[in-house]
Parts: sequence; C-alpha cells; structure tokens
Amino acid sequence: MWLTRPLQERSTQLFLGILIAALAVVTVLHLAMPEDSALHVSAYTVTLLGKYLCYALLAVAVDLVWGYLGILSLGHGAFFALGGYAMGMYLMRQIGDRGTYGDPILPDFMVFLNWDSLPWYWHGFDMAWFAFAMVLLVPGALAFVFGYLAFRSRVTGVYLSIITQALTFALMLAFFRNEMGFGGNNGLTDFRDILGFNLRTDATRLGLFIATGIALAIGYVICRGIVTSKLGRVSIACRDAEARTRFLGYRVERVQLFVFVVSAMLAGVAGALYVPQVGIINPSEFSPLFSIEVVVWVALGGRATLYGAVIGALLVNYAKTVFTGVMPDAWLFALGGLFVLVTVFLPKGIAGLLQKRRKAPDNDRSNPREATA
Amino acid sequence: MSMLEQLTNRDQVFDFLAPVASPVDVRHGPILYLEDVNVSFDGFKAINNLNLTIDDGELRCIIGPNGAGKTTMMDIITGKTRPDTGSVWFGSRHNLLTMNEPDIATLGIGRKFQKPTVFEALTVFENLELAMAADKRILPTLTAIMKPENRDQIDEVLEMIGLKDLRDKLAGILSHGQKQWLEIGMLLMQKPRLLLVDEPVAGMTEQEMERTAELLTSLAGKQSVVVVEHDMGFVRSIARQVTVLHQGGVLAEGTMDQVSNDPEVIKVYLGEEA
Repeated sequence: MWLTRPLQERSTQLFLGILIAALAVVTVLHLAMPEDSALHVSAYTVTLLGKYLCYALLAVAVDLVWGYLGILSLGHGAFFALGGYAMGMYLMRQIGDRGTYGDPILPDFMVFLNWDSLPWYWHGFDMAWFAFAMVLLVPGALAFVFGYLAFRSRVTGVYLSIITQALTFALMLAFFRNEMGFGGNNGLTDFRDILGFNLRTDATRLGLFIATGIALAIGYVICRGIVTSKLGRVSIACRDAEARTRFLGYRVERVQLFVFVVSAMLAGVAGALYVPQVGIINPSEFSPLFSIEVVVWVALGGRATLYGAVIGALLVNYAKTVFTGVMPDAWLFALGGLFVLVTVFLPKGIAGLLQKRRKAPDNDRSNPREATA
Repeated sequence: MSMLEQLTNRDQVFDFLAPVASPVDVRHGPILYLEDVNVSFDGFKAINNLNLTIDDGELRCIIGPNGAGKTTMMDIITGKTRPDTGSVWFGSRHNLLTMNEPDIATLGIGRKFQKPTVFEALTVFENLELAMAADKRILPTLTAIMKPENRDQIDEVLEMIGLKDLRDKLAGILSHGQKQWLEIGMLLMQKPRLLLVDEPVAGMTEQEMERTAELLTSLAGKQSVVVVEHDMGFVRSIARQVTVLHQGGVLAEGTMDQVSNDPEVIKVYLGEEA
C-alpha cells in the first residue's frame, strides 16, 4: 500500500516520533504545570504553536508541488484561505442567535448590510460534515479547474508562477467586496463554538492544537506516500525532463494535475484548522505576499524533503513572532536577508545542512543542476 | 452535417472503440519497409525516393554525410514528420503513416536521440523502472508495486548495459558514455521490436565505444536495430549490413567492404577519409 509504505521508513518514523513527542510535551506542560511555574505553557502559546503547525502543513503542501513537481506556486495562500473561509462559514452559522443582532440564521454582517435571506452558497454550512467536506472540495475544485487549463496548455515555469499569483490576487479583490457575501473587508469573525465545544476555553484550544498536529502528521504521511511511490518518481521525472517523461508514455499534465489538487486540498485543511485558532478569516490571507512568504519558508527549510518545509515554516514563523515583537519595522528586512543568505550559502536549505552532517548524498532528491529556484 | 452522419453510421465503430493495436506481423520477413518516400521542406528535397527494408532481428547501420536525410528518415518512422508521398509499413500489418507518435512508440518502435536525457535526480534502477512497459495512468502508477519479475527484468537490462554496479547511484553522476547506455537500457525496458539509435558513440572514449559495439551486437537477433552513425571505425566494428544515404536517397547498400569499395560512395563520402 502506498500510504503505509512511509510508516516503514526511518525518516518518517523519526518525524512522526518528534511530532508526537512535541504534542505530548506541550499538552503535559500546559495541563500539569501550575500557572506560575516557569515550565507552564500558556493557552496563548498553545494556540500560537497550533498556528505554526497550520503553516507547517501549508508548507508541506507547497513543497509537494514545488520540490517534487517543479511547479512554483505563488498562490497557495488562495487554497489555504478558501479552506479557511469554508471553516469560517461553518463557525459563523454556529453562532446562531448569539450575534450582536440576534438573528438566528443570518450572520451579523448580513444583517448589517440589510440582507433578508441567506445567499444560496451559505446553505449547508450549518452542518459540520458538509462544511468539512467543502474544506477539501472547494480548494480541490479550484485547483482542478485551474490546473486542468494551465497544464493542458503546457504552461510551466515562471508563467505558471505568475498566473498562480494572479489567481490569488483576483480572489483577494473579489473577497474584499461586500457583495460577495463573505463579510468583505472584515471577513468572518466573532466565532463561538466548534462541534459544540466553546472556542474560548483552554481545553478547546488544546484540542485544536492536537488536531492540527494530527492533521500535519497525516498530511506528511500522504505526501511521503506519494513521493516514495512510483508516481513520486514520475513527478521528479516531470520536474527535471518533462518532454522525456512524456516520451516514456506518461501523461505529464495528469501527473501535475493530480499532485496539484492533492496539494491544494492539504492547503485547504491547513486553512480550516487555522481559522478557529486565530479566530478570524479575512481577505488578507489571499494576499500574494503571504503566498510568497510560504515559498520562502520552504526554500529556507530545504526543497524536496518535506520535513525541511516543516522546519522552515516553524523557524521563520517563530522568528517572525519574536522580531515583530522587538522591532516590527525590521522584520521584512530580516526575512529578505535570511532568504538571500540561505540561497547563497545553503542552497539546499536547513535540510541540506542536516543531510551534509549525515553524509547521505545518494538519497538527495533535489535536482543537482538547479539547486535554487 | 458530416459529423452527424458519422454518428449515425451503423456499420462503423468509433475510433476509440476499435480494437487496440494488433501484434506486429513479420511473417513475410521485413519489420520495416519504406517505399518511394519523398519529403521536401520549402522546396528542398530532404528525402528523395527513399526505399529501405529492414529485416526482423537485423542490425543495420546507416551512414551518410551531413544533410543526407538520416534524421529526417528517423522522424518519418517515428511519426514526427509526415512524408509528402510514399508508404511506410511496420511489419506487413501496420501503416505507420496513419499513426501518431505515442501509438508508434507503444507499437514497439523505440528511438534514442543524439543527446542522452536521463533523469539525473533518480537512480539508475529508478530510471529503468519508469521506462518499464506498464500501465502508466495516475492511480495504477501511484499504487504500483515492484513485482519480482519486474525486478528481474530490470536486473537483466542492467546486466546487459553493464551498469549493474551502479544500480543505486544517481544517474546524474554517470559519465557521458554510461548515460548513453542507460538511455539504451531505458529503451530496452519498453521491449521494442525495432530500435532506432541516433549517433550512439558521439563523444565516447575508445573503450566506451567498444562496449557500445558489444551492446548493440548483442541486441541484434532479439530486436531489430537501426544505427545512424558518423564514426566509420565504429560502423566497421558492428555492421553486417550498411546503407549509405546521399541527398535523401540510398546510394549503396551491402556489407561494409562492398560499400567502402563502391566508387560512388568513395566519391561522395568515404573519399574524405580514405
């Protein structure tokens, strides 16, 4: 089975071991340590870590298409945000009549806009199963249509990167409009509970953190399953010599489409877990800058390793939290500087540094001729 | 309107419902048969009344000066270029002029291009694995499991191309000659009936050339092999039958000795070397 194969792999076992251990340690330190202890992990930190894990899952999704398929998507934030909006719509419907205006059906912003009924696309989102299915299906469907048109026309390289960028920018502009029915500029917020659990309690926050960790583990195993299968090797072949792969009888555009859709769905799940933890989803998640930042995480961590993407996402976001606290204005310079330094001195990212330690060049899956983007 | 007629026509099935390619019929001898083929590009006659017959299991060398039409001939056989007139048959059943490139490849004509292209980030073994004849749709590829007989087939080819010791090394670290062999190996994994090899020894060392000669001669008999080559020494070392192309047509055909003593050939081609 392609999905169980990664579980027999050393590197995956190690990754899952560290992840589970980290989840356990945080849980224990949060629950068992008294609040005034230095070792106590506050609910705020738990949520912050949960947010990092969402970013890590998004980075894994980006690494799957960029590292293994050679498609540099500068618009993965769009899939992340769509997953987030699907979750946000569910959470909005869960508010019920507890909103400021007390309307049992309509979310506050619709009452404010004097709408008298729910738009058709808001129906069904009061049911958790429907909303959670949409978290996968909406980003997946967008990726399918977009990818079908792009890959069929053999759009690759920078051209593809530019149109993914345009895609997320267009969606951002659309979601900014009040008429779209997604809360416009303010987005969706003021969430109360998820699956009956109050979102404002520490226990729910811890639960969401653990759920995100599990989602990251599952997403990692799925990606690892794909890249260690024959399809993964075909992906690498498409990345390095597309015409040659076609000549061997593989339908390159279908390989690209499949992997792209899987990746978009994973990004959607990451977005869906992100929204209840940060408590808001608004169009700024569609911003092209955010998508580019995700690519920087992956580049820093190391392409075509998957775990490198996780390391990159965690490190950069931790640095961002620290930096924006100390010197908010310097953060973008620091990020840019970091990116330049890594590109020049560590073309294979932090993961490349780890691999050098272990001295295992035979397992290096990155393209030897093109170490950086 | 004609579309509608086609749809309602009951004594004909749609193309996609028609039975898939039947096996190649070589009972009558030749595996490849070109007759009176003509191609011109903007008035320049690249191929001029070309007639060529390759027998099943034969190893044939094709030589000729630059612009003699060697590559164009390969393009016609693989479906890349359509001739203006003439007929091209694979066995006595398949008219190659009615088929497209992937279909011709599936039918069993493998082509090695001049410049070797192997997947450098994959191991030698994996390169062969991807080339293996198999169901190449998405889900079967995702769930594909390496069966013992597949592994044996790959090992057999590894043995043949002499890269057994480099089985688990990345193809990117191979030398130029080794890449050429790997590429030939990838062709063999597709189990072709006819192998078209374009300048296999360009840029090779003396030893690598010898090794390539052995490899190609060992293939003959099992597969039909057509080699296009410039290097006369190499051709002499492998060829039983040589065809000399000149200005898009066959100038001479025969054993290397016959050909190299042909006054016409000496005049247009060998003259430079003799």
